[in-house]
Amino acid sequence: MKLLKLVPDNTNIDFMRWRNVAVVVSTLLTIGAIAITLWRGLNFGIDFVGGQVVRAEFAQPVHIDDLRARVERLGDGEASIQSLGGEKTYQIRLPKPAGPEAAANQVVSQLRQMIVTQYPGAKVNAGDSVSGKVSEELAANGAMAIALAMLGIAVYIWWRFEWQFGVGALLTLAHDVAMTVGFFSITRLQVDLNVVAAILTIIGYSLNDTVVIYDRVRENLRKYRKMSILPLLNLSLNETLARTVVTSMTVLIALAILMAIGPQVVFGLAIAIFLGVFIGTYSSIYISAPVLVWLGVKPDSFLKSNDGEKVVPRDDGAVV
Amino acid sequence: MLDFPRWKVLAIWLTIAVGILLAIPSLLPKSAADHYPRFLPHSRISLGLDLAGGSQLLEEADLADAAKHRLTAMEENVRTELRRDPRIDTGDISLSGGQVSFMVRNPAQLDAAVERMRTLTAPVGLSGVRSWDVQAFDGNRVVMSPTPQGTAELLKNAMTDARDVVRRRIDPSGTREITVVNQGAQRILVQVPGVDNPEALKKLIGQTARLEFKLVDLNADPAQVAQGRAPPGSQILPMVDGGFIAVQRRVMVSGDQLIDAKQAFDQQSGRPSVSITFNAAGAKRFGRATQENTGKPFAIILDDKVLSAPNINEPILGGQAQISGNFTVESANALAVSLKSGQLPVKLNVVEERTVSPDLGADSIRKGAIASIVSVVAVIIFMLVTYGRFGVYATIALIVNAFLILGIMALFNATLTLPGIAGFILTIGAAVDANVLINERIREELRRGRRILDAIETGYHEARRAIFDANLTHVISATLMIYFGSGPVRGFAVVLLIGVVTSFFTAVFFTRMLVAQWARRTRPRELHI
Repeated sequence: MKLLKLVPDNTNIDFMRWRNVAVVVSTLLTIGAIAITLWRGLNFGIDFVGGQVVRAEFAQPVHIDDLRARVERLGDGEASIQSLGGEKTYQIRLPKPAGPEAAANQVVSQLRQMIVTQYPGAKVNAGDSVSGKVSEELAANGAMAIALAMLGIAVYIWWRFEWQFGVGALLTLAHDVAMTVGFFSITRLQVDLNVVAAILTIIGYSLNDTVVIYDRVRENLRKYRKMSILPLLNLSLNETLARTVVTSMTVLIALAILMAIGPQVVFGLAIAIFLGVFIGTYSSIYISAPVLVWLGVKPDSFLKSNDGEKVVPRDDGAVV
Repeated sequence: MLDFPRWKVLAIWLTIAVGILLAIPSLLPKSAADHYPRFLPHSRISLGLDLAGGSQLLEEADLADAAKHRLTAMEENVRTELRRDPRIDTGDISLSGGQVSFMVRNPAQLDAAVERMRTLTAPVGLSGVRSWDVQAFDGNRVVMSPTPQGTAELLKNAMTDARDVVRRRIDPSGTREITVVNQGAQRILVQVPGVDNPEALKKLIGQTARLEFKLVDLNADPAQVAQGRAPPGSQILPMVDGGFIAVQRRVMVSGDQLIDAKQAFDQQSGRPSVSITFNAAGAKRFGRATQENTGKPFAIILDDKVLSAPNINEPILGGQAQISGNFTVESANALAVSLKSGQLPVKLNVVEERTVSPDLGADSIRKGAIASIVSVVAVIIFMLVTYGRFGVYATIALIVNAFLILGIMALFNATLTLPGIAGFILTIGAAVDANVLINERIREELRRGRRILDAIETGYHEARRAIFDANLTHVISATLMIYFGSGPVRGFAVVLLIGVVTSFFTAVFFTRMLVAQWARRTRPRELHI
């Protein structure tokens, strides 16, 4: 049986040849992503800014302008109304009211009442209301989770490898997060709690890639003591290329299916991770590897630990 | 190298068997699960409200309101205490700046006043701190201020009581699968599956239900009442029907002496009302108060609003009374439930509300399940065309992995949410990655010219380190998500964490065992991978 080989045997791509170009491009893109986010901001969902969302299904097709006029008559602020496919399902979002915290959920009650009384047969399928105070906490916790995850992972890499690898991992992560956030800023996709989960997943995925490559670099550094760093990185990248491609393919397949036929609520999450797979793969090759060159990782980096017998990573690395 | 000790083989199969047994009840429809043999594990994964449909409310204690009530209650106590024999004469009691303060007319009585005020405070825990600080200033002024410790202790007790009250209100029979838990220092999370219109729920919880009976102050000048000025010893309260009324500050009887409340009909007008029953002490006080004030009006006050102010036609001695007001059958019923469940020790405001109708939940779960199945099938096909026989092993591992995840979730009674399904799909990717790492390594070792069995062994051995390090980064981020995240983030992370652990097990131990058994049996001369 002939098996599928996406990457031919013994590839020998000179990845590191473009590392200076890649660095310029990555830096520009990262700065661009941050600038765009600062300039345009993010389309935060009610999880992070407070407010109300109601999702309604109508018995008869409803014109969006008609619906908007009636919602606006409630006087709860400027509504943003979005069709969820067809003229029968709409999502109505209202800003958080100016009054006290407790006033927030009354807006949902009002909206619910209006829809059910003015559109016979209509059903309110979902209603969320988040007060300003809670949303601030959710945003703070989300940012905290991302920052701590990055830090915790970098410390782990430092401990398992060498400090240069920890720094490399941290820079890679910073790049990935900046790019993902920039993507959300450009597309105006809504940023809610699910997206925080997505960013954390991208961090995890990108790290997965980086660690696999680092692991191979470490192995080759021990194996080929005489080889200089650039060819050694190229060798390591080529050796892990097949794995990178196959794994990315499976994850992309699973995510594409989730986007195409999965529930609408997880679409944002799925598209973010889908994009993150590309960003993560790129960054683990063109950021995490070149960093090792600049920080002066040499073939003897792991040598002293071999002599001292103290920081030697256990050779199977597994804790059972 | 292909040695797999018998105990290891047994341990692996046992783990898998237990995992599958644990997963089965969650996969069966509810009706079939009920007939599942009792000696087998039968805990199920519960579905989050986003999948099952239902309402979730996050209620927060109104601290300003609580502080205000604490202050006025203390004022009332101070007043009573000062009047006791020997009486201490003071100027007006002031309630500004969150403190109770007053001037003692006779400076010689200052120490006595401070001493008596101290008896109104209570010790907090074992710290030696009391609930209020009592201090004397300028030789004639007494100031009482609440201590932070006392406030914290009070809030803690109030929140525990509030949780129980909320539970009794939502579910008087105690039979539905509702969740009412304290969250942080001043919040209560309420989850009610199946309810897709939380309005009634909010009304039920939103009522503090502090019921008081006070005499109407007939000496008050209507013109002054209209201006909001009350005679000494009285206060102005709004009427539910509009307008204001002056009532005496002293409470005749209050709602904490109730033992029962139910909806009834007024015998004269036939309109809905609430009939209440006092306990012995309450009945006695109510009886005496109505005896002394027959013919005068009294006010029925709920949460500082006057429901009605009827005349006392005759002494009410049996401990049974009727609350009239502008009720419908529903609102009378709701009030009865609120009264019976007790008054909330602190006012609660809704700060977060999330509702999903069961229809939408069912739609999500159907789409999520279909997406999961389709992606598993697609990944399996991809693995088969890429790795042949080793793809088959990876596939078996994938399916076992899915069972293990479900089994562990059921074991811990974890809740599956919509983002959890996304986490599940992502874990499939991670599980595949472990197998890919191993298989690619075997391919590589073969290319280097190793013999087949040697290549397999080295492949597993060398890949294990990368798999471990890579998975551990997932564990780190999932743990942080569980710890700091809330709602969807946590639901996602729980599945991710479980999945990473099970995929490590299935890839590193389970497939290795399958491969070793095959290799030992057939001693393959060539290997398609």
